[in-house]
Amino acid sequence: MWRFLARTIVQRLLLLVVISIVSHTVIHLAPGQPTEVDAMNPMMKAEDVVRIRKSFHLDEPLHLQYLHWLKDLATGELKSFRDGLPVLPKIWERFLNSLPLFLCTTVIVWTASFPIGIQAALKRGSRYDRSTTFIAYTLISIPGFFLSYLLILWVVRVFHLPVIGLRTFGTESASGAVRAMDRIWHLVIPSLMAALTGIAVLSRYVRAQMLEVLGQDYVRTARAKGLDENHVVYGHALRNALLPFVTMFGLLLPGLISGSVIFEQIFAWPGLGLLGYEAILARDFPMILTLNFVAAALTLLGILLSDILYALVDPRIRLQ
Amino acid sequence: MSIPVGASPISEAPSAAQAGAEALGAAVTPTQQLWRTFRQDRLAMLGLMVLVALVLVALLGNLLTSWWGVFDPATVRLPDKLLPPLSEASSALSKDLLPPFHMYPFGTDELGRNVFARMLQGAFVSLSVGIVAVSISLGIGVTVGGLAGFYGQRKLVFISVDSLLMRFTDVVLCFPTFFLILTVVALLPPSIYNIMIVIGMTSWMSTARFVRAEFLALREQDFVTAAQALGLPEWRIIFRHMMPNAMAPVLVSATINVAYAILTESALSFLGFGVRPPYATWGNILADGRSYIFDAPWLFLIPGAAILLVVLAFNLVGEGLRDAMNPKLRKRAG
Repeated sequence: MWRFLARTIVQRLLLLVVISIVSHTVIHLAPGQPTEVDAMNPMMKAEDVVRIRKSFHLDEPLHLQYLHWLKDLATGELKSFRDGLPVLPKIWERFLNSLPLFLCTTVIVWTASFPIGIQAALKRGSRYDRSTTFIAYTLISIPGFFLSYLLILWVVRVFHLPVIGLRTFGTESASGAVRAMDRIWHLVIPSLMAALTGIAVLSRYVRAQMLEVLGQDYVRTARAKGLDENHVVYGHALRNALLPFVTMFGLLLPGLISGSVIFEQIFAWPGLGLLGYEAILARDFPMILTLNFVAAALTLLGILLSDILYALVDPRIRLQ
Repeated sequence: MSIPVGASPISEAPSAAQAGAEALGAAVTPTQQLWRTFRQDRLAMLGLMVLVALVLVALLGNLLTSWWGVFDPATVRLPDKLLPPLSEASSALSKDLLPPFHMYPFGTDELGRNVFARMLQGAFVSLSVGIVAVSISLGIGVTVGGLAGFYGQRKLVFISVDSLLMRFTDVVLCFPTFFLILTVVALLPPSIYNIMIVIGMTSWMSTARFVRAEFLALREQDFVTAAQALGLPEWRIIFRHMMPNAMAPVLVSATINVAYAILTESALSFLGFGVRPPYATWGNILADGRSYIFDAPWLFLIPGAAILLVVLAFNLVGEGLRDAMNPKLRKRAG
């Protein structure tokens, strides 16, 4: 177990370095320089461009630029091209904003998908099964922002609820309870909308997994023993069907960054996705690279976590 | 058969080789068998019909919009701004500007362009974005997976071909896909080809894994050994004998990937990095339409509904194919 852990961690770290080198090269070789973002500005003279390029090491060869980036990242002194502020505290601040949205979405997705999927599997071929199947495919096929816009219009018109941003502007002086409710509404509605697609995908997995397990010999044995149906379904079938979902739990982590760009843009939610989007628009290379690096690190961490979780819950798996 | 349905679990994707072996007894070709099962899935058949209609509309639409002057989607008719669907063209227009039948079936946009003509052109462009992107991802995926599956045991200096290629696949899988697409598309000069290439280059990983798994299984099959014993050249064994047998799961993921590519294009359009004018795609009509969601909801609803319908059709056909290729389900249906 420990040897496995040590070896995978070393492997994953190497992989992380390779990923950072690749993304560094891709981003720096692509056309479009940070100095060209404001190309029409008459105050920008040729010597200014040279000076800016020099101060950000943009005139040096690629491998040296990579080393500069790595050194600055390690010492925590990496600064954004855009405003000269350190990158890591900025990412941390945005991470704290993204986290509640991510957690709330995840909780909704995982609590809603299981009942829906299990019911569909138990009533296979029934009207309930067919209609949830069709709704799930519809939700998977709809462009996320299209659905959100329609739902925002509906929610605002029918329920008069606030939705955009972290909180309603001008409520700073209101009482604590009002502010808390305001924050909750602002959090719950975007999470619900982001969760819809997730529920559609996950409930399909739950259904497929349950169907597979319900056909197993041990389920028939449990039924033959005369156990009541609830015990068979939840005690025997569901417990075994849960195994693959343990792996999926670890793979949720990277969704924290890349899954949220569209939703944070729609709801003006100042999180990691929006930070990345702004950085891309501004050609803010240190910020883009660091976000990419964090996302890759989260992915690798997620895979490692799911490997470990899998070994913990399934005694048949031996890590070596 | 006395074995109850679903008694044996099928955890991996069913291979075409198995399907072929089964079909021998029934004296029908695997394709016929596949079609028979597929036909019984009503939702998938509906999806297939939508797709056939879409291809016809896209081809016809491309002909119409590029050869028939009055159907030009770029024609600006300022007197006819933001007209609702099915409204008639105003009399202020000169004769050669009048739309066909003096009517706008889907209304007009903020510049008075005919939304119906734009949707027709967009059908062709959106579909080609999806198909070209998927062809690129299939090309890369099949090459990487095939090489890893067939030449996997060969050593390159200190690492085997298989581990080299599969570790590379892992590296690409670790990139946050949408973020990567966004970065590259934002940095590259805006062009429809770049979008196709980038979407294709970030979605080949699952294909590579499927093909590798199929190749590993097929290598051990008797017909491959027989082909090797006959002294056939390697390229012929790979392309003539193994590749057709490895295509089943690839076909499913290709169908679903087209849907994914169309959705990705619309998401990119939403963020302002999609296909630029003069091309109209459903994604950028939808993204532009959201500014007029109160004044002219049809600019938003029509492309949205069209994307939903087509992506849904691709998904249903993909799932129908997957079910039809699953021998367990087939036995039940047949």
